[in-house]
Amino acid sequence: MTATATTPGSSRHGDEPLLSVRDLRVTFTRQGEDPFTAVDGVSFDVRPGQTVGLVGESGCGKSVTSLAIMGLLPARGNRVEGTATFEGTDLLTLAKDKMRDRRGRDIAMIFQDPLSSLNPVVPIGRQVTEVLERHKSMSRKAATPVARELLDRVGIPDPDRRLTDYPHQLSGGMRQRALIAMALACEPRLLIADEPTTALDVTIQAQILGLLKELVTESGTALVMITHDLGVVAGLCDEVNVLYGGRIVERGRRHELFASPRHPYTTGLLASIPRLDGARGAPLTPIPGSVADNLPWEHACAFAPRCSQPVDRCTEQSPELEHDDGGRALRCFNPVEATS
Amino acid sequence: MTTTAEPTDAAATDGPADDARAHDDGDLLVDARGVKVHFPIKRGVVFDKVVGHVYAVDGVDLRIRKGETYGLVGESGCGKSTLGKAILGLEPPTDGSVVIDGTDVASLKGEELRKRRKDFQMVFQDPMSSLDPRQSVESLLVEGMKAHGLASDDKATASRLRELLKAVGLPAAALKKYPHEFSGGQRQRIGIARALAVEPKLIVADEPVSALDVSVQAQVINLLEDLQDEFELTYLVVAHDLAVVRHISDRIGVMYLGGLVEEAGADDLYAQPLHPYTRALLSAVPVPDPTREDEREQILLVGDLPSPSKPPPGCRFHTRCPWRQETRCDDERPQLRVLEIDGVPSSHRVACHWAEDIESGKIQPHHVDPTATEQDLREEQDAPHAVGDVEEAVQYQHGGHGAGS
Repeated sequence: MTATATTPGSSRHGDEPLLSVRDLRVTFTRQGEDPFTAVDGVSFDVRPGQTVGLVGESGCGKSVTSLAIMGLLPARGNRVEGTATFEGTDLLTLAKDKMRDRRGRDIAMIFQDPLSSLNPVVPIGRQVTEVLERHKSMSRKAATPVARELLDRVGIPDPDRRLTDYPHQLSGGMRQRALIAMALACEPRLLIADEPTTALDVTIQAQILGLLKELVTESGTALVMITHDLGVVAGLCDEVNVLYGGRIVERGRRHELFASPRHPYTTGLLASIPRLDGARGAPLTPIPGSVADNLPWEHACAFAPRCSQPVDRCTEQSPELEHDDGGRALRCFNPVEATS
Repeated sequence: MTTTAEPTDAAATDGPADDARAHDDGDLLVDARGVKVHFPIKRGVVFDKVVGHVYAVDGVDLRIRKGETYGLVGESGCGKSTLGKAILGLEPPTDGSVVIDGTDVASLKGEELRKRRKDFQMVFQDPMSSLDPRQSVESLLVEGMKAHGLASDDKATASRLRELLKAVGLPAAALKKYPHEFSGGQRQRIGIARALAVEPKLIVADEPVSALDVSVQAQVINLLEDLQDEFELTYLVVAHDLAVVRHISDRIGVMYLGGLVEEAGADDLYAQPLHPYTRALLSAVPVPDPTREDEREQILLVGDLPSPSKPPPGCRFHTRCPWRQETRCDDERPQLRVLEIDGVPSSHRVACHWAEDIESGKIQPHHVDPTATEQDLREEQDAPHAVGDVEEAVQYQHGGHGAGS
């Protein structure tokens, strides 16, 4: 409630999108192998102060989407098509040095495993000041108090002493906070968080999610949240995109999506997770099969072999993402009946 | 190793509450008392000198009845996996006894222990690293049967293998395949079939579904439940995911820093968590329901888990507890006890001095200074040269321990 209420609700309708991704397609090619399309025509918008969630299981293309937007995919072996317009500039065609300028300043990213994203032989404070020196042309001396301020802001106790600590001296939660401090150093307008709490314990996860929520509401940063955890999405994201096999299969505002999921994959996901609320003991309803059973999107619905209610069309024709007026979108020939 | 067949010490500390429980525990399969697993921290250039211990499991009593599923939850580093291994004798306990079906496993060694292992098997978290990539599924399954003399008749073995695969939902053609040819969920099925192959009574499952995708998780959870009914198995499920544990378990034990802080039936625990740590833990789990998420009242814990090599004195949780009361929490380690609250069954036990007062609202939560827990951690890192005192010297372990956590 707090997140959405204080987030400029009007901005969702009025403001121009900060980031606008259109028909993003990432194809990995390897010699002697068939090209593999990891992301297959993904489009979404992110507005200032808005949190957009990309949800799906491993292999659905959610991480590749974020890496493509950030220009962090390896230089060879892949083809990126489509556009990702950030304030009028297409990030996907931007020259390397221009992109490097933007990354860290306008757009920042935090990753799942903070230990492998931090430099193990450089103190935390130095890693934060480095960002400021690079993008804000500050001297190291001038940047240190700013770094201290940042560590304090993300809730690291005793930041003065932590400045000189190395990553291994911090706990997992503290490392993730340090990483967030680095990402925030230049007050980016867009933050991409790729499974930021997956490696953390649940009590620490609660701390980090609280911190991210605060950031979005206080500074109006736009947040793209990539996760497999529907619980995290339910509490944090204004808009939720459910991905399957590289395509968005359902989209909606969080209350509407969770109240009335329409795509059989979304309902299947919700039915297959044990929950802390509600009655215990009823057997779970898993989604049968695995991602390996997917059909190619070109002339079928990839989810059809695992679907609970497929019709003939599902294996003959590729469903399109149909939008309605209320911000909902659905890619399905035979959706689950709306419950409300 | 001072393992005693008659667990006098552990029983004495338990008090009258334990006696009351003993009556309805006619058919215990596992009776672990006072289990401690301490890992020595060694240091030295020429000679290894023990400079301290990691108190991974520090005095846990655990009783599992036949046919039930006992869930062990806690955050990383709380010792839940080590306790699971200690019960199987994979990690010999430093102290305490583990009686499985009438035999004290902790005192068994070598060949005798190996033979007894037929009765208790383990399912691991990551099926890719717990299945030998060079062994076919058939060879993986037969290996254990051979080791326990169950594969003497080829024909019977072949039909047993088919039976096993059918039970875990794999096609018979899977026998000739290798682990890499399967998906994660299927691999976990192979791991479960391997554990089942020797007809065990107890299966310890360490994070059986946490490496799997959500949609596949449910398949494996349902499978574990079906198999329990079919083969009358007893489970000890070790997991960090509270929703999974609640779903699968009959009784649940919550661990914090090497000790059980609360134990109760699954429904009782989630309906009325009574230990401050359990309350915080349950309140931190996100629920896939936006309306509930917006209303959810969180008890945010500050700081991190203290190092298990230097657990805080008194109640292990007092450094982060919002309900901590001066001196008693700092000095006296609470034991699991039945509370004097109406409607709380005697099977619901809590290790907290103030659980009644917290439940009645007599004690209100207060602010916890995060630097208090932090500075403890810092001192440990900053003063590694304090000599003479083993407690102080524990800091030496930092590098080694950090890599493992």
